[in-house]
Amino acid sequence: MNLEFSPEEIAFRDEVRTFIAENYPAELRGKQDEGDELSKEDFLSWHKVLAKKGWVAPAWPVEYGGTGWTPTQRYIWSEETARADCIRLMPFGLTMVGPVIYTFGTPEQKAKFLPRILSGEDWWCQGYSEPGSGSDLASLRTKAVRDGDHYVVNGQKTWTTMAQHADWGFFLVRTNPEGKQQEGISFLLVDMKTPGIEVRPIITLGGEHEVNEVWLEDVRVPVENRVYEENKGWTCAKFLLAHERSGIAGVAASKRGVERIKEIAKTEMDDDRPLLANPFFRRKVAELEMDLTALEYTELRTLAGEASGKGPGPESSLLKIKGSEIQQRITELTLEAAGHYGAPYFRGFGEGDNEHPIGPEYANRAAPSYFNMRKTTIYGGSNEIQRNIIAKMVLGL
Amino acid sequence: MDFNYTDTQDMLRDTLARFLADTYDFETRKKMIASSAGRDPGIWRALATELGILSAPFSEEQGGLGGGALENMIMMEELGNVIAIEPYLQTVVIGGGALKASGGALADAVIPEIIGGNVIIGFAYAEPKGRYNLANVTTTAKKDGAGYVLNGHKSVVYAAPWATHLLVTARTGGSQRERAGVELFLIDANTPGITRRDYPTVDGFQASEVYFENVAIPGDALLSGGIDLIEKIVDEATVAVCGEACGVTRKLHEGTLDYSKQRQQFGQPIGRFQVLQHRMADMFLEVEQIMSMTLMATLKLDLPAEERKAVVSLAKAKVSRSAKFVGQNAIQTHGGIGITQELAIGHYFKRATMIEGQFGSADWHLDRYEALTLPTAA
Repeated sequence: MNLEFSPEEIAFRDEVRTFIAENYPAELRGKQDEGDELSKEDFLSWHKVLAKKGWVAPAWPVEYGGTGWTPTQRYIWSEETARADCIRLMPFGLTMVGPVIYTFGTPEQKAKFLPRILSGEDWWCQGYSEPGSGSDLASLRTKAVRDGDHYVVNGQKTWTTMAQHADWGFFLVRTNPEGKQQEGISFLLVDMKTPGIEVRPIITLGGEHEVNEVWLEDVRVPVENRVYEENKGWTCAKFLLAHERSGIAGVAASKRGVERIKEIAKTEMDDDRPLLANPFFRRKVAELEMDLTALEYTELRTLAGEASGKGPGPESSLLKIKGSEIQQRITELTLEAAGHYGAPYFRGFGEGDNEHPIGPEYANRAAPSYFNMRKTTIYGGSNEIQRNIIAKMVLGL
Repeated sequence: MDFNYTDTQDMLRDTLARFLADTYDFETRKKMIASSAGRDPGIWRALATELGILSAPFSEEQGGLGGGALENMIMMEELGNVIAIEPYLQTVVIGGGALKASGGALADAVIPEIIGGNVIIGFAYAEPKGRYNLANVTTTAKKDGAGYVLNGHKSVVYAAPWATHLLVTARTGGSQRERAGVELFLIDANTPGITRRDYPTVDGFQASEVYFENVAIPGDALLSGGIDLIEKIVDEATVAVCGEACGVTRKLHEGTLDYSKQRQQFGQPIGRFQVLQHRMADMFLEVEQIMSMTLMATLKLDLPAEERKAVVSLAKAKVSRSAKFVGQNAIQTHGGIGITQELAIGHYFKRATMIEGQFGSADWHLDRYEALTLPTAA
């Protein structure tokens, strides 16, 4: 056992670092730090650079377009992209529906959808939650009724992230109202341009438009777009949730977040000293680094387990809980650093507003980011649900 | 010892609560904030004339009802209940408080105008680099004949876009962090040389960056009392914000409790889950402690300065911590719906978050408390 990189791994790190330095789109630089809302084009510009290089889906099997990297190489990759402050790619195609399709899909589905996920041609959204079905996802009521070689779908989904840009959505629908809830659900791939679909924006506390309601009225979906067997969609859903959770730890991005807090606190003044010299603030930064290191090495242990053949299991709930709490604490500390300048509500992004910021630049998004990031302990299976999973699946309670 | 409110105080609370229940529902508040002025001036006018309650904390000689800090607490708590965006803290608690303490001709002239609803005051004390140290002031007030000339930049001045007057801290002498030389001035907000950059705040208010460039003000704009007076009125304001927190956090708790009884998951109201029951019990404990600390500090505001500072800091530190706990858990218990602009709960959370840091974070106040009360040597 050892924590050092081998010479080959160091060479790989240098290769990755050089590639990012030479190819990361110039217009995206710094956008993460400002906390700006990113456009569809922003997300796609980096996606397409990586797709061309063949690095857009490191975790996929090589036969479907993965890189064949070892877990250590994947770790290096996420470290380096975070270190360079690269934007995060949208997960809905790459880490959510993609793995479901190559694991459960038909050869035709794989051939049709996987290349377009890799290229960025299709933007995906996730139709899971419903107004009455949040943590209790299996109670979902959007129903799909068979009519010849189509399903006719009626219902309402909510919290559908970035559905305003989506070409395709993967939806959990009820195909059997009888019996056990989990055994009446199917997994459908839906063309978002199908008549009967309406996407309505939900504006969140920081003023962002990230999530939507999706209304479905007599939406006709070809039966060939069902993944896996009818009424067995819950199997895909659980598989996907476990995948979603392992990516959700966000260790590399949080490391960058902590570094950024340190940079801010070095220049931000606390009366007669830099904020970083304030013993209370320093202690909170140190505690954050302590917990982040604990998370990092837990994730590395999990990844090592995956490499030896174990799929992401209920342990990934641990990564989700701790990762989301740390993401929130980072925004909390940033808001604290902003002091008085946490209060101004300044939308200097996305609306052609080029006015100079009010107070220090980072402060303008400190409060909205803090409000927005309350979502991390709610989405992807709330942290209460994650603790239930650990209690039941890991502890056997 | 007596923890009972007087009949007059009960009446004050009832009058305001009834008025706000009729005029300040969440949808109306939303419309006020979205309007071009960012407020409904009719509300302030009604508080002054129809209800006549802006007079509550002023003495009878000043045309008031003879109240004080307790009346301010009652008002702030009720305003917090509806997350009102009325400039009561800035105008009555801070501006009125400064005038009450300094007295003189300026007080005699302005207090009746506050009571009458004709004056709105913005408190221009914070500066870009000063954080919470009230003596860290770079804005200057240079003696010029009988008057002064102001130069400097004040940050995040709540209510400044609506203000008829600004209460400004400025330095007449001394170096940047020296206590001596910091003075308080009440000036006409439209004095030539004042420019503003106005903006909304995340908690629904309007505020400004205020710039002073060779602003000539009369000598009688000075409120005598220096940094001691400034610290006194900021302590009073801090406790008033604690009063507001009583209202804000109680609503956060109640709203969460209601939601947990309605929201069904896994075939039952989520309030049946023990993990959420304990969380809401803990929220309740925090709200109760916020109320206790607020009352304690309100009743001790007249102590000598050092003791007053210590109790105010203890109260505000507790309120900051508790407001964070209650706010975060209210959102978490609501789930996704708590993060939308649609529900009131998120807007209470935003105000609670801003209260945390207003007039000093928990850390800052604990630090001040320690410095005042805990010996460092055996």
